[in-house]
Amino acid sequence: MDRIRKKIKSGVTNRRRGSGRKASSLSVHIYAAICLLLPLTAAASDISLHGFLQGNYSPNVAESNSDGGDFKWAEERLQLKLDANKEPFQLFLKTDVFYDHIAEKADMELREGYLGYTASKWDMRLGRQVITWGLGDLIFINDVFPKDYEAFFSGRPLEYLKKGVDGAKIGIYPEFASFELIAVPRFEPNHFPDPNRFIMFDPMPGITNREKIKPSSNLENTELAARVYRDVGGFDASLYLYRGFLRQPSALPDNPLAPTRLTFFYPKLSEYGASLQGRALDGVLSLEAGYYDSRQDRSGTDPMVPNSQTRFLIGYQRQIWEDFTAGLQYYGEYMSDYSEYAKNLPPGFPKERKLHELVTLRLTQFMIHQTLRLSFFSFYSPSDGDYMLNPEVKYNFSDHIWGAAGSNIFGGGEKWSQFGQLDKDDNVYIQFRYEF
Amino acid sequence: MTADEVMKKSQAAFLYQGKDFKARVMMKLISSGGQERVREMAMLRKNYGAPGGEQKYFMYFFQPADVKDMTFMVYKYPGRDADRWLFVPAINMVRRIAAKDKSSSFVGSDFTYEDVSGRNIVDDTHTIVKEEKFVGKDCYVIKSVPKAADMDYSYKQSWIDKSDFLPLKEEYYDRRGGLYKVFTADEIKAVKGFQTITKRTMKNLSSGHRTEVSYSKTDYNIGIDDSLFSERFLKQPPKKWTE
Repeated sequence: MDRIRKKIKSGVTNRRRGSGRKASSLSVHIYAAICLLLPLTAAASDISLHGFLQGNYSPNVAESNSDGGDFKWAEERLQLKLDANKEPFQLFLKTDVFYDHIAEKADMELREGYLGYTASKWDMRLGRQVITWGLGDLIFINDVFPKDYEAFFSGRPLEYLKKGVDGAKIGIYPEFASFELIAVPRFEPNHFPDPNRFIMFDPMPGITNREKIKPSSNLENTELAARVYRDVGGFDASLYLYRGFLRQPSALPDNPLAPTRLTFFYPKLSEYGASLQGRALDGVLSLEAGYYDSRQDRSGTDPMVPNSQTRFLIGYQRQIWEDFTAGLQYYGEYMSDYSEYAKNLPPGFPKERKLHELVTLRLTQFMIHQTLRLSFFSFYSPSDGDYMLNPEVKYNFSDHIWGAAGSNIFGGGEKWSQFGQLDKDDNVYIQFRYEF
Repeated sequence: MTADEVMKKSQAAFLYQGKDFKARVMMKLISSGGQERVREMAMLRKNYGAPGGEQKYFMYFFQPADVKDMTFMVYKYPGRDADRWLFVPAINMVRRIAAKDKSSSFVGSDFTYEDVSGRNIVDDTHTIVKEEKFVGKDCYVIKSVPKAADMDYSYKQSWIDKSDFLPLKEEYYDRRGGLYKVFTADEIKAVKGFQTITKRTMKNLSSGHRTEVSYSKTDYNIGIDDSLFSERFLKQPPKKWTE
């Protein structure tokens, strides 16, 4: 998992919504494009319309929100998925309409919307799409694409952790390997918990004058990503390259000695990585690593921009008995030029460790012909001592209706640690969904 | 004919016919109280080598709604656990599944993975118990005892049709010798000259739960390309195979 950095939380109340992708001008453009494409759906030989109605409520169990509210999340939501095909073309739209009881308003969101083209040896997708790379279970090294951590910590269904990107993806499939090439002209940051709903650490609470600057959309700032993958001796092997920006903002004070204003920006990042997954030791073994080249702080001397890092993961999952599976992961984040970081860190700021470690455990038990699922997921940091626990029960009442209840419990570590800072944000959640 | 020869012929007739195979599979999971749940999928299978050898499976789910558009791929090997991948469209992710063939229910049904894709013949000791007529057909009755002690059942008794070698009935006995699970072939049709079980039932006698499976749009030797069994098509299942 991307760390919620303990440096400075961008307390900018940017967008109220988790997924936050309301009718931005680009969405308007996408909708306009879709309207133009709708005649194509009329010509499509194969059209399907599916979706769901969902209720999702997450009351606090530790303390009220910073703004006094009692819920991390409370909404009803309708999702419609339109899939129109006329080979070799495909049009796919996934749109949500929801009523948010905390903000007390209705809104809509285009979750995905793309045009696809499939040829025998290559294919293409153009538009808003979700891209998931890497092997980690809720730990992301080579999945450098945008996430919504507020959704994750608020007890929303897992799919809302992932955000789409607005870009083009080309797949090329020669015999010897497969390639995915991605260009994203418009930067989308990660979405972090809203400071009005979550009580979190802020090292500069006195400075309320804050602004956030996203990389402007131009050719130079276009994010580029590539993945090459193939089978190597029965293992799934991938190589990854990325050139773009960190999706977590860094703060730039106007005056380092007596700051009155913070400007948040997204530092330039390149990432190079690899992964390997296959059967071993009677289970599935996953290995993944990546080097985060922090292009705006290669010397490590700028305390406001993260240093370069090496991230690595070892994962193992195995079926223990029928319908019961256990998964273990060890993850490390090793900071380059640590002495420069330590030397330049302003006094009073919490100091990160040279090696940040996480261990995760996932247990899943299915029952009653796999209609009842009991699961437990935990993060624990051996280096920092903080944790997150997520037990959940999910039951499929019928082939169309399911409900889930669970909780997110945070604690340990320091008041600025990744999960420790969320100590007062414990919540329970329920999700109900009718799918059609 | 020895028991092993009968079982080899039966495996070839039941699970390895043609170069490749497709079917629209409708599974009904029916509880003892009569409540029904439906699992519907397109299933594609391709053989690599002789009967008893490697196979690849590709499945695309139509129903229920919460698994619609999921795809599932299996590389099956004789003598060791299969490789399995699942594609979850909501997060556009392909992941490997760690499941054991012998003791994993297939999508919550009364069939295990092994019931769906077959069990290695050398894992059991087979003997011909008797020869008798079953539903009007001359059958070998074969007793198969697992060599390892890791199975739910202590032995299985199969009625194998002498003419086409399809299993017409299988009885599973628990460790105390009690009958607890029964497989029956309920409908057999010739498809492109291959005798095919198009309706089958697995019933668990101790829970009263049963699973009824019917095949439609069944076909053989349709020219499934090797490239189908790839991450590319797991993520974008070709329409021509999922209609």
